[in-house]
Amino acid sequence: MSNIRFNNSRRAFLKNISLSSGGLLLGFSFMDAEASDMPALMPKDVDVAGFNSYISIANDGIVSVFSPNPELGQNIRTSFAMVVCDELDADWNKVKVIQAPLDTTKFDRQLTGGSGAIPHSWKRLRNAGATARYLLVAAAAAKWNVPASECTTENGYVLHKASGKKAGYGELATAASKITVPGEVKLKDPKDFKLIGKPIRNVENQNIVTGKPLFGLDFYRDGMVYATIQRPPAFGQKIKSVNADEAKSMPGIIDVVTFKNNVAVVGRSTWDVLKAKKTLVVEYEAEKTLESSADHAQIFSKLMESTDAKVRRKDGDVEAAFKNAAKVIKTEYECPFVPHNPLEPMNFFAHVREDGIELVGPTQTPGAARKAVSDLLKVPEDKITVDITRLGGGFGRRLKFDYVVEAAELSSIIKKPVKVIWTREDDMGGGSYRPAVRYRFEAALDANNEIIGYKCRGVGINVENPMRQDNFPSGSIDNLLIDSVEHQSPITTGAWRAPVTNFLAFAEQSFLDEIALATGKDPVQMRLDLLKRAKEKPVGPIRYDIDRMATVIKTVAEKAQWGKKKDVFQGFSVYFSHASYVGQVCEVVMKDGKPKVQKIYAVSDCGVVINSSGALQQVMGGITDGYGTAMFGKLSFRNGEPEQKNFDRYRLIRMNEIFDIDASFVNNGIDPTGLGEPALPPTGGAVANAIFKATGVRIKKQPFIDQAPFKS
Amino acid sequence: MAVFNLHVNGKEQKVDVAEDTPLLWVLRDHLRLVGTKFGCGVGQCGACTVHMDGAPLRSCLMPVNAVGNAKITTIEGLSEKGDHPLQKAWDEVDVPQCGYCQSGQIMTAAALLKRTPRPTMEEIQNTMHGNLCRCGAYHRIREAVKVASTKTPTTKTK
Ligand code: FES
Ligand code: FES
Repeated sequence: MSNIRFNNSRRAFLKNISLSSGGLLLGFSFMDAEASDMPALMPKDVDVAGFNSYISIANDGIVSVFSPNPELGQNIRTSFAMVVCDELDADWNKVKVIQAPLDTTKFDRQLTGGSGAIPHSWKRLRNAGATARYLLVAAAAAKWNVPASECTTENGYVLHKASGKKAGYGELATAASKITVPGEVKLKDPKDFKLIGKPIRNVENQNIVTGKPLFGLDFYRDGMVYATIQRPPAFGQKIKSVNADEAKSMPGIIDVVTFKNNVAVVGRSTWDVLKAKKTLVVEYEAEKTLESSADHAQIFSKLMESTDAKVRRKDGDVEAAFKNAAKVIKTEYECPFVPHNPLEPMNFFAHVREDGIELVGPTQTPGAARKAVSDLLKVPEDKITVDITRLGGGFGRRLKFDYVVEAAELSSIIKKPVKVIWTREDDMGGGSYRPAVRYRFEAALDANNEIIGYKCRGVGINVENPMRQDNFPSGSIDNLLIDSVEHQSPITTGAWRAPVTNFLAFAEQSFLDEIALATGKDPVQMRLDLLKRAKEKPVGPIRYDIDRMATVIKTVAEKAQWGKKKDVFQGFSVYFSHASYVGQVCEVVMKDGKPKVQKIYAVSDCGVVINSSGALQQVMGGITDGYGTAMFGKLSFRNGEPEQKNFDRYRLIRMNEIFDIDASFVNNGIDPTGLGEPALPPTGGAVANAIFKATGVRIKKQPFIDQAPFKS
Repeated sequence: MAVFNLHVNGKEQKVDVAEDTPLLWVLRDHLRLVGTKFGCGVGQCGACTVHMDGAPLRSCLMPVNAVGNAKITTIEGLSEKGDHPLQKAWDEVDVPQCGYCQSGQIMTAAALLKRTPRPTMEEIQNTMHGNLCRCGAYHRIREAVKVASTKTPTTKTK
């Protein structure tokens, strides 16, 4: 089932590069072997042609690992280095991790999204570490004149036990750098892993807790100016007239420039420009329909009846199944727009010069951002550099590069290095939201309460495909129809942590619960029965691994003592997203007549867990985010304008609203399948199902807080 | 524009800024103390929390002309070597995800521990709920405050 592709020709990935200062520098490429014509990366004094990341070992024994992927809290820098250094047998206390800037247009995956960095890089990183280790051993063996096979490595040293000889990696590095890279190296037996699987603390902790400048917003360059941009307040508007006279006359203001639908106030400090922006008098006119949330409700109802849906999957004879059904269950579920709200608002530094462009800031997709800037300003990509700062959260928002392009365009107009800063209002009002969707589910049951037919229609606003048609329960039902209809709106949307599945899972897992209850089946057993059917008599393509899904279901049910507890109400949910599996049991108690989540059990199968501390963060953070968003998240519109623009009206979960989370992992030794997103999708369904158990009220809309039993 | 003499992290600092400039932007843009973060600008997220005479303050809402002689402490001045019990606990418990909210969290927690050296979980939550963490690192933030509260400070805090 795996869609992860590894390139087998390892040889092409590795290269030993002489380092002018001595030591070992081993380049390794994340690219496919064919694409070996990449220009140099770094460090600047070394020719590292063809390689986009490296391990260097200096003579003092310090091991540096370059990490290419943007860091936004998924803890990739720590995990990447752990994988390399485990194979290398490095001394973890002597490891430095350095963020690599954007390499070239040919970079294979220098982005953060889709929970894909670790699955993509796992073998490459291990191979790089193992190769460096091989070279160090070879250097030691040559020096001591003993067979390499008699040497072992440990914590930054090569040892020859028979003679008692021992040498540090630092002292062997220069000699190692002169040895030819082997074609094949042996990787560790996973049982010998020393770092992988351990709780290793974030390599950046000390810098974070002491407030070091790490983030895009912290970046400063001498001579740079600050800018803030007024964009149309409503989606579908364009500028009619601009009066910036007052702003221009204010102290600290350098210029006010209008480009596209932007009015940019440029000045000497953030406060100067924020203040001046408030004095702008900009008139807008409607260019497209200015939509309100009430319009969307009507649009959804209309599209639900459309005869022009795009069929995503069709198995068997659905019409016959529904005609012959003894019973039909039919329900609709709905989720609103939500903003990403990374705590660090959008910002970017751009300096467009005669001879090239410098871009610095927080982006999940440096390569795509550069391409867009290149296209707009007609500057070749090799004249544009992108330095990636730490990201104060992303959640998918920084997969878009509107804010990067805009900064570059402004710099090209004012001919100055500029940092464009978004306020929270700009950020929350600036689009790229999780799309709003509505689903209609229908199940046809026969006289024995077996599911003989299943239909799901998704209608969404700018979501393209709101379905995951080859996910569970597809494959387990003979007659099945999944289709979708889309409304195109001026409101911009984009990927939001666990795109589509973050709301689809809530709807689908709630609906499966409805079926179980209507047929008198246990929700856990019903899912296992369906999986059994999919295994024995698979229908159509199946994207998920049936056994892995069954295992997380059974494991979490057992952990939570599913169905055995008297004092709590339990709800179940399981979801496959990206390439991992997470099952959850939510426990609700009644407090002051209202349901209250007390605990969520989560069992995740993401294959090998690399960093057990970081993995727990991803699961606990994902569940907290999934719960907070399902419970409180909603961006509503009035005449094209978002009604919530800051945290006073947009509610995010806070510390006093969390509950216990018991998170564990299957850890089955399968190559890692990613964890930045998969823990989030199941949560809404688990919570809604537990609330139903506790209250008999089925929540069918997010945010839950606006629905019964929370609101009457 | 006006000149202000500020006491920040034990040092006298002179800045020439508009008098309604929030302390947040004075710290970030003019003193280059960027550990204090901007998250909302309206007092809702706590990312901008500093201490003013030892009490927690949302620096985004405090105009510089109202600071007067008060002593301001930012995350950069919380401890000399980055070893305040909270900073150590934050590493020990491995709290940060993206990390953006964390200096604000730590400053809020530091003020709490000064007032209430051994807070209960409830007291921790009731104080810390003013600080948003979009990554949802709340469980570990809570735990780290608890861990720090059980340790005697190794460095005198300001
Ligand atoms: S920036 Fe001050 S409270 Fe959010
Ligand atoms: S760690 Fe990202 S906002 Fe708290």
